[in-house]
Amino acid sequence: MATAVEDRADKRQSPLSDAVVVRFAGDSGDGMQLTGGQFTLSTALAGNDLATFPDFPAEIRAPQGTLFGVSAFQINFGSSEITTAGDAPDVLVAMNPAALKTNAPSLKPGGLIIADSGEFNDRNLAKAKYESNPLEDGSLAKWQLLKLNISQLTMDAVKPFGLGNKEALRCKNMWTLGLALWMFDRDRAPLIDWLKAKFAKAPELADANIAALNAGHAYGETAELAGPLKQHHVAPAPVAPGLYRTLTGAEAIALGLVAGAQLAKLPMFFGGYPITPASAILHHLSRLKEYDVTTFQAEDEIAAICAAIGASYGGSLGVTSSSGPGIALKGEAMGLAIMTELPLVIVNSQRGGPSTGLPTKTEQSDLYQAVYGRNGDAPMPVIAARSPGDAFECAIEACRIATQYMTPVMLLTDGYIANAAEPWAVPDLATYEAFPVEFLTEVPEGGFRPYSRDEKLARPWVKPGTPGLLHRIGGIEKEVDTGHLNYNPENHQAMTNLRKAKIDGIRMPDQVVELGAEGGKLAVVGWGSTFGPIHQAVRRKRAEGLDVSHIHIRHIWPLPANLGELLKSYDKVIVPEMNTGQLKTVLRDQYLVDARPLNKVSGQPFRIAEIEAAIEEALQ
Amino acid sequence: MNEMTTIAKTTTLKDWESDQEVRWCPGCGDYAILKAVQRTMPETGTPPEKTVFISGIGCSSRFPYYMETYGFHTIHGRAPAFATGLKLANPELDIWIVTGDGDGLSIGGNHTMHLIRRNLDCQIMLFNNEIYGLTKGQYSPTSRVGTNSPSTPFGSVDRPAQPCAFALGSGARFVARGFDVSKELPTVLKAAHAHKGAAFVEIFQNCIVYNKDVFQDFAAPKGAEDRQLWLVNGEPMLFAKGTKGIALDSEELTLKVVDVVDGDWKAAGVIVHDVTNRSVAHMLVEMRFGEFPMALGVLYDDPRPTFEADVVRQNQAASEGKTADLQGLLKKGQTWTVKEGGPEL
Repeated sequence: MATAVEDRADKRQSPLSDAVVVRFAGDSGDGMQLTGGQFTLSTALAGNDLATFPDFPAEIRAPQGTLFGVSAFQINFGSSEITTAGDAPDVLVAMNPAALKTNAPSLKPGGLIIADSGEFNDRNLAKAKYESNPLEDGSLAKWQLLKLNISQLTMDAVKPFGLGNKEALRCKNMWTLGLALWMFDRDRAPLIDWLKAKFAKAPELADANIAALNAGHAYGETAELAGPLKQHHVAPAPVAPGLYRTLTGAEAIALGLVAGAQLAKLPMFFGGYPITPASAILHHLSRLKEYDVTTFQAEDEIAAICAAIGASYGGSLGVTSSSGPGIALKGEAMGLAIMTELPLVIVNSQRGGPSTGLPTKTEQSDLYQAVYGRNGDAPMPVIAARSPGDAFECAIEACRIATQYMTPVMLLTDGYIANAAEPWAVPDLATYEAFPVEFLTEVPEGGFRPYSRDEKLARPWVKPGTPGLLHRIGGIEKEVDTGHLNYNPENHQAMTNLRKAKIDGIRMPDQVVELGAEGGKLAVVGWGSTFGPIHQAVRRKRAEGLDVSHIHIRHIWPLPANLGELLKSYDKVIVPEMNTGQLKTVLRDQYLVDARPLNKVSGQPFRIAEIEAAIEEALQ
Repeated sequence: MNEMTTIAKTTTLKDWESDQEVRWCPGCGDYAILKAVQRTMPETGTPPEKTVFISGIGCSSRFPYYMETYGFHTIHGRAPAFATGLKLANPELDIWIVTGDGDGLSIGGNHTMHLIRRNLDCQIMLFNNEIYGLTKGQYSPTSRVGTNSPSTPFGSVDRPAQPCAFALGSGARFVARGFDVSKELPTVLKAAHAHKGAAFVEIFQNCIVYNKDVFQDFAAPKGAEDRQLWLVNGEPMLFAKGTKGIALDSEELTLKVVDVVDGDWKAAGVIVHDVTNRSVAHMLVEMRFGEFPMALGVLYDDPRPTFEADVVRQNQAASEGKTADLQGLLKKGQTWTVKEGGPEL
């Protein structure tokens, strides 16, 4: 099945045309993520649209040369809109045998392999479990092969700088990057500036790396006529005019939270505990103190959320962030935030589960946990970001709902969005509507009741320190209005109903159709980071004349008011998810629609072809 | 500051009582502690609206409902974490944490340790009754070996934790002890409040239903003189009406009880209590009752900079000379402009 799908994709995408997929793969110590990141930047500067997929092991320094120690970075760039990191690479750069072994199978037939032959020695071949040298035994015949002793070429290039062997070999990634820049006709100047800045304190390392970069580039120039190496020019993508930068999901969430706090006119308190892949958000925010951001690395996940709730109680916007296992630990405290009706934003950067699962791989399997995963009837809004740029908007939306409705809100992202980079049109903050918080500071007419409600059913927010409004809150059931402890059956029924009604009544935009029409034969309904492959697949199938539409849900809970009617306007609904069918179950439960699952839980994003196949099958 | 002093003068015990009906068992030691706290508050110099009581779960954790202040009854064991977030959000608040031996040393031991280690400015009152009361009498991490309870019908096997030793080991800069019905309790609480930083107070509390009179051996008024050592800074460590004292056994490097003849405590080698002496504090918290009297009062008090002050200082230093220009931040790093004709650097 998978092979058939790949074959079809290959015929359509002629290699190195308007879109190219390059995958850099090497040992986790080879600097592949850095190489990929810098190549991404040069690609963005060249005006191509792009999407990336960093794919690295959970081990920090896995034993050198092993199959499980391979770190890869894939980038898809082109002269038209790019929304996925690409299905099968056109070019694979393999820095050692293990990288070749783990990545070659996904390469397109006819694609180009650039391998560092200097690393294909007996020891490394054995570690990669090769019985003979694949560079010599003809086993790579269906691809174009370029064997270069990158290790030796790099050593030669950096010789004048007097580095030790180990340090000299560290420049290999820059040599490779130089070659890649030549292949795609890229400017080296921004990279050279970046290297100078990075190694400002060690100019000899800057010089060596620049020499390696230049040598790789020069190699391309001189070797062009011989063999498979060709230079390609990918024209800039037609994108809207404006100021752009590259943005990862983790950066987007950090910036969006700061923007959200500013729009709410609140200081932000961020409580976190290190966990992959969520830590990057803590790292970004801890540098932004001048934006009235206090970050707190707590002793554990529970303390991180409890401190955030404590800060919200004190009048800050409390935020906490984690990944699935940490979110599980925070569950009880979320219930308290729901009970005490305090604002809180909880970011879940999902990863493969259950338990420790696949810490560095992506999955969307925490939807049930987000929507249902607390004791008691504990309704909580859940929103999901579809891309790094969208994560910025979603973070602001989470802050809005939390502060306007006095409720915790969960923002779902995933490892793919957190690490992936995309070009981002820098938004004009003046165009965002502020939602300033008004604290209650005086006894209102008729007396102060901590659980009185406004038209949105939100209770007043009172900062401790305010004279005249002294009161106590806690996790025991509250009396309607007064907030006193109350165990009466009628009161618990009334409070449960109120908590539910408040969340159900959250105002949000109607669900739109991303691509296609309202009503028709088939809707492909997604959420989160599956946006790219779904969008491309639907676009291709529509271009072939099929009646298929793409719907992508941001508001997972509560769902948009018009969604039920919208879904019922299609003959069929399929729901691709990187889980075993969680949104599908929610949609079936909420609307009694025959939503069909399309599931993938391999730790890898969907390929466009997989979704295309599902569309074809559904419309047969 | 002046305003605070004025308000402090005008509050009385009654001003600190909330309108909520107190719901502890009749005869519970918590009533006495509540009164002692309410008696202490007018003397702290902090107005009720700037005062916050934060608790976890357990009998003791109902405490905030009965105080006419701000209050947060949180979740089991986590009060220190809520307090940390609140104090960082508003360092001006005066925070009291109310916890118990189960809440603060079992499920929440981790948070207690880290709050003390960080030295957040607050008062931690750990009500130690050596039993789980609210869940109906199971043994707790401070229960003595052999405690019969519903979960240990043949007696508990594990050795108890020592709250004050735990606190000191966690880096506490203030450690004190009192007990529920002691008339000295307000004095101890006032000292805890006066200490800038995390002030840990273990309060022995009589659970009348599940662990009745377990502290009677030293807390009973009769013979109290012989069994209680009230520590006063700068005063010799004397008890039994000045006829006995605590001295250092320099051979064994331990404390010992010595007889004082004719009030000449110097001749007997009795130690003068220095609240800043951490070495002696370590010995005092380990002093076993029975062989020794129960050490009560302020065992150790030597402040150092608080967590929230250091955080505020760092936030200010890191912000100095920078503007909170978010639009500028969004554009940070390498950017490019796309014009109608295509991109440029």
